[in-house]
Amino acid sequence: MGAALAGVAATATATAKDKDKKKKDDPPEFVAMTEAEGPYASTYTPYPGVATALVGATVFDGAGNRIDNGTVLFKDTKVVAVGDASLSTEGYRVIDGAGKFVTPGIIDIHSHLGDYPSPSVDAHADGNEATAPTTPDVWAEHSVWPQDPGFSRALANGGVTSLQILPGSANLMGGRSATLKNVPARTVQGMKFPGAPYGFKMACGENPKRVYGSRGRMPSTRMGNLSINRQTWFDAINYANDKEAKRDLGKETLVGVLKGEILVHNHCYRADEMAIVMDMAKEAGYRVSAFHHAVESYKIGDLLRENGVCSAIWADWYGFKMEAYDGILENAAFLHQSGACVVIHSDDENDIQRLNQEAAKAQAAGRRLGIDISDATTIGWITLNAAKAMGIDAMTGSLEKGKMADVVLWNGDPLSVYSRPEKVWIDGALMYDMMDRKRRPVSDFELGQPGEGDVK
Amino acid sequence: MKTSLALFASLFAACTAPLAAQDMAIVNATVVTGDGGEPIKDGVVIIEAGRVTYAGAPDGRSFETDAVMDVNDAWVTPGLFATVTTLGLVDVGAVSQSNDQGAGGAPFGAALETALALNPYSQHLMVHRAAGITRAATSTVPSASIFAGQGAIIDLDNDRSPVMKADAFQMVALGERGAAIAGGSRTASHALLRAALREASMVRRPMPRTHDIEAGSDVLLGSFDVEALRHVVTGEQPLYIRVERASDILQALALKTDFPNLDLVLVGVSEGWLVAKEIAAAGVPVIADGLDDLPSNFEQLAATQSNIGRMTRAGVTVAINAGGLNHARRLPQVAGNLVALNKVPGATGLSWGEAFAAISSIPAKISGMGDQAGVLQPGALGDVVIWDGDPLELGSIPTRVYIDGVEQDLTTHQSRLRDRYKSGPKGAMPKAFDW
Repeated sequence: MGAALAGVAATATATAKDKDKKKKDDPPEFVAMTEAEGPYASTYTPYPGVATALVGATVFDGAGNRIDNGTVLFKDTKVVAVGDASLSTEGYRVIDGAGKFVTPGIIDIHSHLGDYPSPSVDAHADGNEATAPTTPDVWAEHSVWPQDPGFSRALANGGVTSLQILPGSANLMGGRSATLKNVPARTVQGMKFPGAPYGFKMACGENPKRVYGSRGRMPSTRMGNLSINRQTWFDAINYANDKEAKRDLGKETLVGVLKGEILVHNHCYRADEMAIVMDMAKEAGYRVSAFHHAVESYKIGDLLRENGVCSAIWADWYGFKMEAYDGILENAAFLHQSGACVVIHSDDENDIQRLNQEAAKAQAAGRRLGIDISDATTIGWITLNAAKAMGIDAMTGSLEKGKMADVVLWNGDPLSVYSRPEKVWIDGALMYDMMDRKRRPVSDFELGQPGEGDVK
Repeated sequence: MKTSLALFASLFAACTAPLAAQDMAIVNATVVTGDGGEPIKDGVVIIEAGRVTYAGAPDGRSFETDAVMDVNDAWVTPGLFATVTTLGLVDVGAVSQSNDQGAGGAPFGAALETALALNPYSQHLMVHRAAGITRAATSTVPSASIFAGQGAIIDLDNDRSPVMKADAFQMVALGERGAAIAGGSRTASHALLRAALREASMVRRPMPRTHDIEAGSDVLLGSFDVEALRHVVTGEQPLYIRVERASDILQALALKTDFPNLDLVLVGVSEGWLVAKEIAAAGVPVIADGLDDLPSNFEQLAATQSNIGRMTRAGVTVAINAGGLNHARRLPQVAGNLVALNKVPGATGLSWGEAFAAISSIPAKISGMGDQAGVLQPGALGDVVIWDGDPLELGSIPTRVYIDGVEQDLTTHQSRLRDRYKSGPKGAMPKAFDW
């Protein structure tokens, strides 16, 4: 040992230089996967399906079209063709849809299934990292419990095939969302929608200022909300411009937003606040994909149209909090009339089972005022428009050749209270069949419990 | 006009001044009587002196009336009856100053009187009137005590006196909620409930004195609460028990063994279908959440949308709970869903007539207004709703609402916002000048 040291001493300076050089050129000893390498990747692959032809049904394709006595063909996980009765069904298992209706799989852009699962006990409350007003570093998928029985109810009663799981609204910046296929799985990776962009949850208004103001810390006002948001964006911009910056989980998400790779979903009720957020987005250089809840969107339909921002809304919720005081049944119809984008969302483990009914109520409110919104357009509010705002519209959301075969066969008009999903396919695999009691998912939690496998 | 109906109308639409009772005959109606039967085509409803004198198929009878209203096949129903609500007790749920639903900091429980806090001009009353609800049971909810206090039966008309019956019923929470309030275990809520009823049954002294009120957190039952429970023990005042789990339901029914005069009503009852025979045998009516189908907590693991249908088939009297909805105005939607359920193999729904009864005559009957509200039959109150479509269908709303034969103004904060913004989000002048 000593001899070796003596030998090195003469060339100490040269060796130190070599070492420095080595540090820069050699790969570091410890390296995490980068964001681009896709950690926590989806492991979902479609389940087995048979080539299926739905014939004789009324088809709403999700893109605003209606085909009476239509034919929908799907095979090898994809939609093959959508057309009238003249399409050949040779080679397909034919299902008679006479008197029935076909739509794309329903999409809920705003759900907390899995991160606020049933049973809703404290031990399951995993939706709000309410320990700091901005937590862009958390990912909702790391909270999702795949055994939430709510997924199966959304599938069987609501025909929901894709959904976005968002963090809650306690924080100004709540974290990343997860877009899932509504398939039963052991892991959240087994549900993740392959190729879906991440979303980013933000929240305006009462919730953040109440949660943190009540703890005597910022924000306690709406101006405090904006101040923190703006500074956080400026910090993210500085980070993005700093080539030497050390890796920062939260800032990676914010930079993803600035690059347009992560889509902003902003919980916001009041019209005036939405207008401020749209200006903040311009200031910081990002886009808002959708305002969620947005009960006052009807007051600024023109601004929303000009800014290309969707409103993901309820049909009839109102009055439960101050910023929901001006909720009206005509919100969706007025937005439609203004040429702005409408999405009907649930934010609720019960309403997600009836998004079609919520859309129908919103449509009817317009009809009463002479605002005629077609059934096919109304179905688009819970299919293609949701897919667009989630960045998955090239893959699902409408029945078009080459898209995922996410399909619902309804036993009647989906805009009637008297109709139910009869069969639901996800990527061409039959995942629910009202007529087959075993073709209904039962989560691990429900096994051996009262009501296991019941129709629910 | 039906030829089989001999009409002798003395005045035609001449005295349709709103907000005054008028005699009238509604003809060419799809009449729903609310008693569980199916709709009657080409029906007639006759209102005289604020009451229904006839509802059904035209039978050739003669009568005199101020006005004949040909509704052109529109659906005509009794006013809906919502139970158990908090209507009139809250303006904005999350604005505590405007919310009288729960008195969590009060030294009182059973003694609380909903009737004293009701606001007849609450927007929620107006919104629900416009949705066809004409009567309701309304109550504070259990907060500081397992006892919610004494609920009221109200009407939703435009006058300043909504209370039809104050102190109409008492409500108590058992199950998980009751356990949490009483000290952390179902054993505590049962001990407290039984002790309270026993004490109330033995009260002989005059009214308690104010120094009997204690505000300490250890006090589970004050003298005034005991006093309030006297009418419960005798059965004069019904006791609504909030309960979900099958075993909790049976324990609630078992209270009758020790307190035989109790007039029980069960509320919630998500696992009722598991013990439907026992509930039916006890003759206890139920106000059940209509569409709960998730194991939201451990007391409703067996929740299913078939719960109401299965209990009804077992002979239980079941109303759809308005309190379990986002807003009571969704009652018709829930009822419609229970009709849809009939097409699902293995599920049990309700017929159309049964579903409508579950939001009209049945809740009225449970509320002590049988044959008076929620029905169109001779002698019933003149609460009539004319709809723009099948009342259980999505998006159908009332075009006219009558309460005690008086046509109601259906204007609300929401309808004014609608009218202000229907011309578009922006005008030449600020919207503030458009009113």
